[in-house]
This record gives sequence, structure tokens and C-alpha cells, in this order.
Amino acid sequence: MMDGQTLMLVVAGTTSVAPGLRRVHLLAADGARLPPAAAGAHITVSLPTSSLSGRLRNSYTLVTADPERGYELIVRRADRSRGGSQHIHEALSIGDVIEATVPHNLFALHSQAKKHLLIGGGIGVTPLLAFLARLRETKALFELHQIASPAETGVFTALLAPAAGERIHVHAGRAGLDLPALLAAQPLGTHVYVCGPAGLMDGVDTCAAALGWPASHVHREDFGAAGGEPFKLTLARSGIALDVAGDQTMLEAIEAAGVDTPSLCRGGACGVCMLPVLDGEPEHRDHFLSPAERAAGCHIMPCVSRSRSATLVLDI
Amino acid sequence: MATRFKPDETFRDDFRYANSDDAIMRFPFPFGEDGYMYGVNIEPHTRPGSTGAFAVAFDVDEHYVAECAERATVLALEPGRCLVLPHMREAEWDTLELIMESLAADYPDQFTLERSGDVWTWTNRPLNIHQTFRFGDATTLLHPPFEYITRQAQGDFTLQDQRDGTLYIDGGIATVPADWSLAFDVGMTFHEWHGPVPLAHQAGVFDRALQYLMRVRYGHPARRLNWTMTINPRLDTSPENYPLWGPDRTILDAENIATRLFLRVELQTFYRLPRSNALLFGIRTYLASLADLTRVPKWGCRLHRVMRDLHPDIIGYKGLSRYHELLVAYLAQFDDGTTTTAGTDPEVAVLPS
Repeated sequence: MMDGQTLMLVVAGTTSVAPGLRRVHLLAADGARLPPAAAGAHITVSLPTSSLSGRLRNSYTLVTADPERGYELIVRRADRSRGGSQHIHEALSIGDVIEATVPHNLFALHSQAKKHLLIGGGIGVTPLLAFLARLRETKALFELHQIASPAETGVFTALLAPAAGERIHVHAGRAGLDLPALLAAQPLGTHVYVCGPAGLMDGVDTCAAALGWPASHVHREDFGAAGGEPFKLTLARSGIALDVAGDQTMLEAIEAAGVDTPSLCRGGACGVCMLPVLDGEPEHRDHFLSPAERAAGCHIMPCVSRSRSATLVLDI
Repeated sequence: MATRFKPDETFRDDFRYANSDDAIMRFPFPFGEDGYMYGVNIEPHTRPGSTGAFAVAFDVDEHYVAECAERATVLALEPGRCLVLPHMREAEWDTLELIMESLAADYPDQFTLERSGDVWTWTNRPLNIHQTFRFGDATTLLHPPFEYITRQAQGDFTLQDQRDGTLYIDGGIATVPADWSLAFDVGMTFHEWHGPVPLAHQAGVFDRALQYLMRVRYGHPARRLNWTMTINPRLDTSPENYPLWGPDRTILDAENIATRLFLRVELQTFYRLPRSNALLFGIRTYLASLADLTRVPKWGCRLHRVMRDLHPDIIGYKGLSRYHELLVAYLAQFDDGTTTTAGTDPEVAVLPS
């Protein structure tokens, strides 16, 4: 049976695209086929860090994804790197094996769009590169606007060069793009996709809403809210204290501690795993509890929800 | 143990159909407690289930060859039972790849998939198919890719496009439908095609289920069970053919109900497809007569309690009204009043004869 397998990927090549931008080519470590992925999909990779926790999980968009030719990422070296992009830029070498999730897509092209308007800011170009390839292949109507710092317009022009044409524009700085005019000029049925700094994405959301665009026609990159900050859990009745890691669910932590508790969907919908909360502030992520039940804070779905307080105490 | 196929079975006209003892023991009995009400009974399709039917991605059992022949019969009569909207082409290839990969991995003696770049060779020994084709080039297959592969799988399938915060049923094949029409539903949203279901909307079941399904990830399939009842082992209970099977409800009596009335269980699976980001919905249908099921003492007892206490709206929606009283009266003999254990495990190693 197909299971949610982790991928072991081997670095087949890395090239410098520009200062601070690195292209990484990954293949399956065992030489097998990789899962295919749609444009807009990302993987979450585990990278070693200098900190004590030992590894860091970063999500990167797949610029290209082919079962046999492999995956390509482009990684910007973050100014304030937690260590992930720094590792990719300074230490990652051909032959290194890294662990990654299978591809996941929360930024898919809309099948009914009459036109696709793509807006990128800086490294936000990565999903747009995947979209471009797809839209050219399907001969869809599109228009792309990439914002780059004045010093990097050449870099992004070169990155987009293979797809260059009158529908692709690189702007020097955000001031170079008149967003209200661009959105106002789009034909009915256009969908806009934005990826970049939060300020740019919020700007597109706000501007589109002000112009009367339906929210369903506005798409922004999303890696999802899987995991979160680690916290401590006390199981009052079992007399157990345990840690919930950032990439682990509360339910997984409870099960790992050997405490048997019922569960079914493990996606916050069925309500089977609901547990009573004795103390602490739940961060609800389920679809089961009503707003009133959430506000009461008496119950939690440990399969998806987490804790806002450093410690959560459950009656189990 | 290798499955012995029964190619001479039929699901219409003379109804030559029977479950072996093995097939009864692995039946996905849907009632884990002594009552039934709608709920979000979805779980990951990666954990072992109560019987072997849950152990693989797409279950192939002793009825496989005959069910594929029945599907071909329906499609020959009504080609419109397979409909895929044009924007779902990529999801068609996703489906073909998923089913071929899964069958080859789960049943290596029966199915083989060899790939060299885009040139794929598929071998299906039970159906005697050996086909080389170019992945992505529909002209190299006898049928469009979704129809090609679902003609070689048991049960119905639909393709959902995910957009605008919901799922749209934008394709499918329905030759084994439990009284729903693909031609009628195609293009509808999740809440629209579930419109006729009683009670569950008000309980928020569909809102929660939709949120869950839109989050089903590639590599993390989910499943649930659904059920109804059918007179005779008839797979094609489509609204299009209602005149053929609707009147069957009038033929049941105390003498024939054990062998003519079948519990119809759908093992429904949900797969995120990688290239299209669509959701594949598998509806794998199992049929077992009351005579079959009541050979398992726990199932007979539980079936009586579930049917006796069924909500009137569900009795009506599932089409049981005309024979519900007869059904409960018949099943009463299998209920000894004892307490049953939770879960669907048959709790007998060998089926009593």
C-alpha cells in the first residue's frame, strides 16, 4: 500500500545562479523514480543546523519536478538564516543525502481561469517558474510581473530568459509596478497568483479586494501550517509529562509515550480523538469544535491542534 | 493464497454470483456498533483494517474478472457512464499511474508495470492484457487513460477538481452506482452532489468532511465505508436503469429474503493525485446476501439491531421502506439479546456452515 513515505534525496548538482541564489538538483538516493508533482508544489526538507536541536525543516517550492530527471530548487541565502539556507549555500555538496517529505501542493493553478496573472517578489519567482513551464505547455493565457531589487533585475531577467516574451516583465523595486492599474486592467475571469514577501502578498490581497475581485480568484503561496512551536504536555490522569516536538502532533506524542487513546481521521474532522483540557491555552486547528466550544477551551483535538501556552494539561 | 477468479459470474439476468467462505470472512462489514448514524467516519487508508479488504490500495478479489466483464457490458450499452471533463486530462494519467503502480506492487504475480522513460508496458494477467504505450499520449491506448485503467479495476471512480474552496465532481466512471447518476452529478460541487442525503447536512458532517478531504495529501490516502441494500447481486443500480431494478423491491418475501437481499458496502478511498492536484475517489462495492452475512453470529445479531433501530429518514433515503419490516422480522432470529463487542471483527476463525 502506498504510504506517506519520506523521500531520501541525493544532491546531484548545485550551481550558483547569482550571489545569494543557489540552484539545487535532487534525485532519489536509491535511483528509483520520484513522485511527480504539479506546478506550485513544495517539499519540506530536513537540514542539519549548528544549533542543539540538530535539524531544521524548511519548505521549498519545486521549480521543476520530473520522476526521472529529478527535482530542482532555487534557494536564497536568508539574511537572518536559522541555518537552513546557510547550510545549502555553504555546505551542501554533490552526493549529500537529505530527507524530504513527498511533494504537497497548496498553490495550484486554477483549472477554470481565463487568464493567469503571476506576480513574484524576489525569490518568490520559484513557483512562477514552475507555473510558466506549465502555462506554456498548455498554451494558456498569462502575464508575469517579477519585482526585483534594482541590483538584481539582471539576475531575474536571466532566470526568466528561457520563457521571455512580451508577457514577462521584470520591475526594479516595488515602486516599479503599478499594482492597482495592473489588477484593474485584467479581463473578467483572471486569476492572480502572488508569491514573495508578506507585504507584497498582502498588498495584492488588499488591492484585489478593493477592486471587487472575488477572493477565490486571488491565490498566494502557502506552505501550510503543519507543525509549529514545540510545547510541553502533561497527561494528568496518566501522570506523564512529555514534550511535543515542532514537527510532531500532540496525538503522535501521546501515542509515542505509550498512552492508548482512540483516533480515527487524524485530520481534525471526526471528533473521535477529542480530549478534555484541564489547564493551558489550546491553539485549535480542527474542523469539529464549534466557535463556542473553542472559546470555552475545555476540549481539544490532539491530532491537529497545538498549544499557545508553554504547557498544556490534558485529563487523560 | 492465490485468488481463484470466477469469470462466469454475472450481475444481471441470471445472477450467477456467490461469495466463497473466504470472501465472506474478508467482507468489509460496516457496523462497528449496534446502531448507525451518519458521521465523519473517515480514517487514513494506511492502517490495517479489520479484514484483508483494507490491506491494499485497490482490492482485487475473486469477483475481479467477472466485474470487469460487467463493466464492459454496461459501457457497450451506455458509453456515457464514463465522463471526464476536458480540464481533467492530467488527472486521467495520474489515475492510470496510481492504479497501475498499486496493482503491480500489491499483486506482483498478477500485474506488472515496466517503465522506460515515457514508454510503459502494462501486463494484466487475469484479463490477459499486455500493452505497450506512451505515457501522456492517449492515442497509444485503446481507450482514454482514465477509462482504460478503470475498466481494469473493480468499483466506480470519480475525479474531483479542487477549486474555489470546494471539490467539483468533474469526471468519473459509474457502472456500479448505488442509485446515483454521474451524468446528472458531473460538474456539481461537494455540497450539491450530496444534496439529497438526509440528516447529515444539519449535523455538519459534510462541512467537516469537505475540510478533511481538501487536505488529503499525496501519499496519505483516506478511506471510509458506506452502505445500502440491493435486491439480487446487481451491480448496476443506476437511476438510468431504474425501471429494470426498482420493481425488484416488490419480490421479497420471508422465504427468499435471505438469498435475494444483499448488503451493499462501498469501501470508499480518497487519493490526492500528484500532477493534477485532483482527488481520486474510489467506490469499491462489495455484495453479500443476508444468508452469507448471518453465518457470522456477531454480524447477524448486529445487523438486526442496526436495521431495527434505523432512523426513518435513512430507511427512506436508502430505499428500504418497502421491505424494512420484513427485513427486521427476518433478522430477529439471529439476535440472542447478548451484548456484542465493539468493532467489526467477525470473531470466528472458521465460518460456521
